[in-house]
Amino acid sequence: MRDVAVIGIGMTKWGELWKQSLRDIYVETALLALEDAGIDRLDSMYIGSMSSGLFVGQEHIASLLADYLGQLPVPATRVESACASGGLALRLGFMEVASGMSDIVLVSGVEKMTDVGGDEATYALGTAADQEYEGYQGITFPGLYALIARAHMQKFGTTREQLAKVAVKNHHNGSKNPLAQYPFEITVDAVINSVKVADPLNILDCSPITDGAAAAIICPVDMARKMGKPLIKVTGSGHATDTIQISQRKDMTWLEATYQAAKQAYAMADKKPKDIDLFEVHDCFTIAEICVTEALGIVDKGKGGEAVEAGLTALDGISPVNTSGGLKSTGHPVGATGIAQVVEVTKQLRGEAGERQVKDARIGMTQNMGGSGGSSVVHILERE
Amino acid sequence: MSTPSRYWREIPQRYRLEANKCNRCELIFFPPRLLCPECKNRKLEKTKLTEKGKVITYTIIRVPPAQFSDQAPYAVGVIELEDGVKLTGQIVDCAFDDIKIGMIVKLEFRKLFEVGHAGILCYGYKFVPN
Repeated sequence: MRDVAVIGIGMTKWGELWKQSLRDIYVETALLALEDAGIDRLDSMYIGSMSSGLFVGQEHIASLLADYLGQLPVPATRVESACASGGLALRLGFMEVASGMSDIVLVSGVEKMTDVGGDEATYALGTAADQEYEGYQGITFPGLYALIARAHMQKFGTTREQLAKVAVKNHHNGSKNPLAQYPFEITVDAVINSVKVADPLNILDCSPITDGAAAAIICPVDMARKMGKPLIKVTGSGHATDTIQISQRKDMTWLEATYQAAKQAYAMADKKPKDIDLFEVHDCFTIAEICVTEALGIVDKGKGGEAVEAGLTALDGISPVNTSGGLKSTGHPVGATGIAQVVEVTKQLRGEAGERQVKDARIGMTQNMGGSGGSSVVHILERE
Repeated sequence: MSTPSRYWREIPQRYRLEANKCNRCELIFFPPRLLCPECKNRKLEKTKLTEKGKVITYTIIRVPPAQFSDQAPYAVGVIELEDGVKLTGQIVDCAFDDIKIGMIVKLEFRKLFEVGHAGILCYGYKFVPN
């Protein structure tokens, strides 16, 4: 297997981009990555997109986007694993480069979510759950995480304030990220008193509806070295699945797919949680970040709430989590999120993260999750 | 809008609570499966769910998906039945404040939602206090 490096990244300001179409958002972003890498040709493309069909009524977007990027006839593949589609696009691109099948691969993600109304977006996101046995009963996506949150609070004593502190921390980080959809600070009181969505989760516990894309260019390390690029290597990759119905899990508070994916990535990179300088994780809801920090081994089982309260996962903590602002503040265009995590970690490892730079960051992890935890993709990136 | 087959196909489970069971692992599957994920046994026996269980977690849905918009707010929980099967479903006929983890509930046959104007009426189970 060949070693793989990230040689280019691209991302534009995320938000409600009324004036731009899916293809415009995507091409603008992918061009930034191509320019950053200093290349103009690709061997292959992967595009993470959860539901372009339900959000904009357009399938077959891999060919469409290859065309508008001026890359026909390169092979282009759309990847779907709900909100983990972006992370999975990187993993498939990584395998294609590592195997020797291709040299230069664009790994990317895009979602255009504001062309439909709120209830249709709620429906589209809900399709990541078991439609016949969860959706049919009236559950929503925030509702599933609310079920996890209530169970976590009951089992481990996690508090309403601790949940709020995840959002406060991530908005603090996001206030230093000019590309974030909501780059401002919020308070614990604001979270606790915000509109209820699915008790115990309020609107400020939830990541927003977002239009956006993210892109990265990967190639073999030997080629990256010849190009004189800062060497950001992908040293670990893991991917695992779990039941998509949360009720069918033995323990609803435990994200087994995330644990399994992380185990693979740690083993491949020969690293332990304490070796990682920063983490970008899937905080689609505040409770998700708490459960993820446990499954990644950053903290012990049941201790995720205490950890955020103690500042362990803060920007200046021992294990900074979501330095970009996470999904909460940066936004969550579902298919693009997993690649945006790679963009942030690459910036941090290059020392280009500005006000939110983690000092001497050398090793970073990304964790991207589908649905209520039914899939999870984890990567470890290292600066040489 | 889906064709009616999508709904009547699930009637044995949703109306009659039909599940199946691995006679090797003693595990019960709902909805029924074609093979036991634990031991890969394909000879599963038909069984029926018990109708009583307890709430193990719950939420109040305030922002509903489109087809439930006339019902919000409503409670949804995960219920562990006496036979060990866990199900997701609405908890009705009680005040939200009265819902507690550990509360004993039973399954009842109810209408869940309607698919559009003059569309299919979708039935299934909900949970009510015992």
